[in-house]
Amino acid sequence: MKGLLLTLACLALAASAFGADEATIQKGEKVFDYWCATCHGENLPGTIALQAKYKGAKPALLSERTDLAPPVTKTFVRKGVSIMPFFRKTEVSDADLDALAAYLARNNKSGKP
Amino acid sequence: MLPPGVNQKDFSDALKQFEEAVGKEWVFTSDEDVALYRDAYSPFWGEPEERVASAAVAPYTVEQVQAVMKTANEYKIPVYPISTGKNLGYGGSAPNLSGSVVLDLKRMNRILDVSERNHSALVEPGVSYFDLYRYIQERKLKVWVDVPDPGWGSPIGNALDHGGGYLRSEFRVHFDSHCGMEVVLANGDLLRTGMGAMPGAQTWQQYKFGFGPWIDGMFSQSNFGVVTKMGLWLMPEPDAYLTGTVTVPKYDDLIPMVDVLTFLENSGISNGMPNLGSPILGGFMMPPRAPEVTAMLERGGVQSAELHKYAQDKGIPFWNCTVKFYGPEKAIRAQWEYAQEKFSAISGAKFQDGEFYKLPLTPEQFNKVHKPEFGIPSLEMFSIGARSPYNPTPTNGHIWFSPIIPRTGEAILEANKVFSQAAKDYGLPLLSFSLPSTYWTRSFIFLFGFPITHDVATNKKNRETFKKVVRVAADHGWGEYRTAPAFQDEVMATYSFNNHALRRFHETVKDAVDPNGIISAGRYGIWPKHLRGTKA
Repeated sequence: MKGLLLTLACLALAASAFGADEATIQKGEKVFDYWCATCHGENLPGTIALQAKYKGAKPALLSERTDLAPPVTKTFVRKGVSIMPFFRKTEVSDADLDALAAYLARNNKSGKP
Repeated sequence: MLPPGVNQKDFSDALKQFEEAVGKEWVFTSDEDVALYRDAYSPFWGEPEERVASAAVAPYTVEQVQAVMKTANEYKIPVYPISTGKNLGYGGSAPNLSGSVVLDLKRMNRILDVSERNHSALVEPGVSYFDLYRYIQERKLKVWVDVPDPGWGSPIGNALDHGGGYLRSEFRVHFDSHCGMEVVLANGDLLRTGMGAMPGAQTWQQYKFGFGPWIDGMFSQSNFGVVTKMGLWLMPEPDAYLTGTVTVPKYDDLIPMVDVLTFLENSGISNGMPNLGSPILGGFMMPPRAPEVTAMLERGGVQSAELHKYAQDKGIPFWNCTVKFYGPEKAIRAQWEYAQEKFSAISGAKFQDGEFYKLPLTPEQFNKVHKPEFGIPSLEMFSIGARSPYNPTPTNGHIWFSPIIPRTGEAILEANKVFSQAAKDYGLPLLSFSLPSTYWTRSFIFLFGFPITHDVATNKKNRETFKKVVRVAADHGWGEYRTAPAFQDEVMATYSFNNHALRRFHETVKDAVDPNGIISAGRYGIWPKHLRGTKA
């Protein structure tokens, strides 16, 4: 777990040059609504878990986060965490994952398009 | 990794043919891509025995499935079909036999028909419960899908693995409520069952049996073919939903309470999925247990006279049962009234009206109900295992120990005695008392979760304990209804009547319909001839 956290921290630092166009972000929102919101919507298990983890230090809703650099999102989707499984490319394709990551990074201070 | 018994040249040639059949981008061979086919809840996580794939191939059409199977059969490549790959707790997307090529059917996600007049659907294996629900909602069709707790699974995969749901009793057994299937055989041949076997028949989703032996069951929990289409029967949206709860005072009242419940269900009076509970013992969906009750349980167990007297003195009922009804308001109110008459035969029985909804639900009601009871897919069940204020250190998954026991109060009491003793013997967290689930109207099922971690020693200990409790249950005639690949050989071995006649029959069929043994080797304890005896 320590290794994973270290990797994620490095990835977050490395993501400052990220940028994405509006169409990609809109596509990413659709990917989020289809694949993620069923667990990371309001009062759902993924959101409750992040509330318990961060205790308000970060928004529990992924869609409200401002610190999710694209490589971080991609790592969680492809590696899973806790009881959240990883997702195959027949579920979330690389192109869909790029868009999802762009959507979740849309409000990042260092990641706006 | 190479598939067992396959040389590098044959594997490379087969992969090339897979690419020609489905397109290069849909054949996955890199370590990074193949790792996505691991079972996220594998009880062997990170150990040499973990079952892993050698590659994956993802066809888009039934013709592509046929082409892949023809190639696999020619080169004797073991393949492992998955639908949505979300059978977590029962194997996920990983094969029974390491080195198999996963046949990932997720891209086959077409909803081919939903009939509001016949209350049926025809779908492909990559369709999820969420997909089917959204399709129905978008078209405002007045039909409900019976969904299991996690809604991201496949109606086909769930039915084939004997999953269950929460609606009216005739829909809750998902395999029972399927109607007709299309199957690609090991040699690439295409088969349709039931009325689908008759060209031009309009009744594939209306009459299950067609003509001759009904073979659909042979494709469930098996490895005899690749199911590429399935018909489903849907529930007409009811006018209303009603629940009511009966409480009974004494420990021994469990026996007549279960008998009345079974009568009401098998008579079609109570048609929703009931809940059994214990106000005195507390537990899931119950008020917290009083500390003095815990102390009494620790001293004398659930049978202690001290506990029974305490419940009586305090006027706390020992058991309760919530019965549920779908239908026209007048009818279901009358059904609840009749149920109360029947339960009144138990001295001291009391009644409480529960939920009542005119359907469809309002948005406020939608947010507060247990969604699967209204045909709404959800992932809310994962809140049990996910991190929360009550579970600050979540595990990495779970597997289910899930034995079928008789539908009697006596069996519930006996099973608790046996499993409590097993928990003591094997160092499991001690449960003071558990009540079974009621998916099916003719039997009960207990569902006990075993945690999955990423710690090898813990997983190893849990695997050994799991096998022991499977054996303990079987010694009492209680069999697993479904299990993860890691335990399928052990469970199949408990179904041993007449020197394993059932398994021997499965093997005879396997040798006949899949002579090269390429489909899902080992699934549900059915090994092909060339591997038989080396794995089981």
